[in-house]
Amino acid sequence: MRVIYLDNNATTAVAPEVFEAIKPFLQERYGNPSSMHFFGGSVSREVTKARENLADLLGVTPGEIIFTSGGTESDSTAILSALSTLPDRKEIVTTRVEHPAVLNLCKHLARFKGYTVKWLSVDKEGMLDLDEVRNAISDRTAIVSIMWANNETGVIFPVEQIAEMAAEHGALMHTDGVQAVGKIPINLKNTAINFLALSGHKLHAAKGIGALYLRKGTRFQPFIIGGHQEHDRRAGTENVPGIVGLGKAAELAKQNLEEESSRVRSLRDRLQEGIMSQVQFARINGSLNDRLPNTLNIGFEFVEGESILLKLDELGICASSGSACTSGSLEPSHVLRAMGVPFTCVHGSIRFSLSRYNTQEEIDFVISQMSVIIGSLRAMSPFGQDKISSACIVQ
Amino acid sequence: MWEYSERVKDHFFNPRNVGSLEDANAVGEVGSLACGDALKLYLKIDPDTQKIVDARFQTFGCGSAVASSSALTEMIKGKTVEEALLITNQDIADYLGGLPKEKMHCSVMGKDALEAAIACYRGEPAPKELLDGELVCECFGVTDKEIREVARENKLTTIEEVTNYTKAGGGCGLCHDKIEKILDEIRAELRQSQAKAAAAPKVMTNIQKIARIQEVIDKEIRPSLQKDGGDLELIDLDGAKVKIVFRGLCSSCPSSSLTKAGIEAKLQELVHPELVVEEVTA
Repeated sequence: MRVIYLDNNATTAVAPEVFEAIKPFLQERYGNPSSMHFFGGSVSREVTKARENLADLLGVTPGEIIFTSGGTESDSTAILSALSTLPDRKEIVTTRVEHPAVLNLCKHLARFKGYTVKWLSVDKEGMLDLDEVRNAISDRTAIVSIMWANNETGVIFPVEQIAEMAAEHGALMHTDGVQAVGKIPINLKNTAINFLALSGHKLHAAKGIGALYLRKGTRFQPFIIGGHQEHDRRAGTENVPGIVGLGKAAELAKQNLEEESSRVRSLRDRLQEGIMSQVQFARINGSLNDRLPNTLNIGFEFVEGESILLKLDELGICASSGSACTSGSLEPSHVLRAMGVPFTCVHGSIRFSLSRYNTQEEIDFVISQMSVIIGSLRAMSPFGQDKISSACIVQ
Repeated sequence: MWEYSERVKDHFFNPRNVGSLEDANAVGEVGSLACGDALKLYLKIDPDTQKIVDARFQTFGCGSAVASSSALTEMIKGKTVEEALLITNQDIADYLGGLPKEKMHCSVMGKDALEAAIACYRGEPAPKELLDGELVCECFGVTDKEIREVARENKLTTIEEVTNYTKAGGGCGLCHDKIEKILDEIRAELRQSQAKAAAAPKVMTNIQKIARIQEVIDKEIRPSLQKDGGDLELIDLDGAKVKIVFRGLCSSCPSSSLTKAGIEAKLQELVHPELVVEEVTA
């Protein structure tokens, strides 16, 4: 069965060019970059090239890039480093809609390590109130950690502006850029952002590789301690195939970002308009203005997300849901609840996230199926019968 | 991704008995939009035979919630109300070839809806409404009585299991201590009742014991001895010692010691585990 993959905020296909770039390093070029001999040294040069490519994508210098195992390690490294280099400051400012990599770390620090966490709320469009942000940051703040773009809704936060607010108080600024890097232009050079976390597998590189941007001059405490790799900032033999692949993925992203994001955006908009014009009692979750070009989150009233996903899966369509039933926990998406999405809709929310590999034909097929799927589930639902009996499916 | 059985998938993709029933005389509703799943069950019960002649459902929920609802309607059609009430949530799960453990609450929802529908038919308040109790889980509105009932029926021993079956504790987690306390109480009750069962013979008086021993000898032991031309008489009970005399052929039988061991085992099983049999000469 053909697969229509619309779950690119979860993970992405490894780009064919990335795969080709990685291959030699899983085969003949297995040297250790730290070795003195030519066999290892030539590998070291490839790591350097990858670092340059990634630095180029972010508008920073190669020395400011530390390769890690992924987004989560980068987030933990940044936040814990800030707390240990600013030991007199006991407050963290973050949002209620962070990825668990930041959210649960902050909860842990509050519960077991005595830190105070200022949780910023979002409005019904998923946006921050900048006055609230400003008021939350003080001279007691060690770190402000705010995601660049939200994984569920695609909503983009003004992190560059918030970094200025943090700097005014001598606090450090970290941003979880996992969803933003490779999807929107990012240039960190002239910002006050101290740390940025990114993950390879969200931008068509492999799983198990990520990076942390560490602004030059930011005091730093490593998270993993041991050997001298990454200039003593992250111990452990380099994940050479992962690094080379991430470098290639960064190069591809940089080359095609503008053209691709406009093509992906038009496909996303087509999907959005197609579904919204055919299915009633649906609403888009997240600001229409400040949103990643690839993400569409729709709440369908009176139906439950897992049921929708099962029906989509039957057709080979991959998406995800903020429904409680799909998460393994019983709680629906913390992001949608923080946005105050009504309960009639929160369990029936579906996220479509596109990539450069999607085609218009795929999008049109999904549009043609959504009204059928939602219609069949609504016919089974005890809710909303009076409202939808005549209105549900517009043929 | 959940690992659903083929039966679950079948009942999700081809649900049986979907819809409302115009002439239903019993309707049970459980769950809500906020909880993430809800089931409305319609039954048509023949007042003369008490048989469920038709059943339909409407479900808002995940794959296993739809499948559990569909399975339930198939299971109860043709049964009498009394027979239907014997169905447990485990029966629903078994009918579907099992459910992922995190999804067992879907089968509990089916059973709750059935009980609610039958209560409605009988003009009684829904069983859940009777479970007033103390609210334990505020996220999902689960009371202590409900947790106790499901935990006892399904022999649940951990918070995680309680969450899988009732949803209680699956939200903010603030009620975990309360659930743990309820589980402790259930465990204590279980230990007590087991201890009671084990202690039961000890409360017999000597006279009761003798009467019971005589009864067992007369009914269980002598008939078979008599068939072989032997017999047995109870002489006395001295503490735990049961004094007997063999009569007839038994008195000279070389395997009487084997017979004695058999009698002892019988008396230990049916009267008291500490009894010993002693052969005396009369």
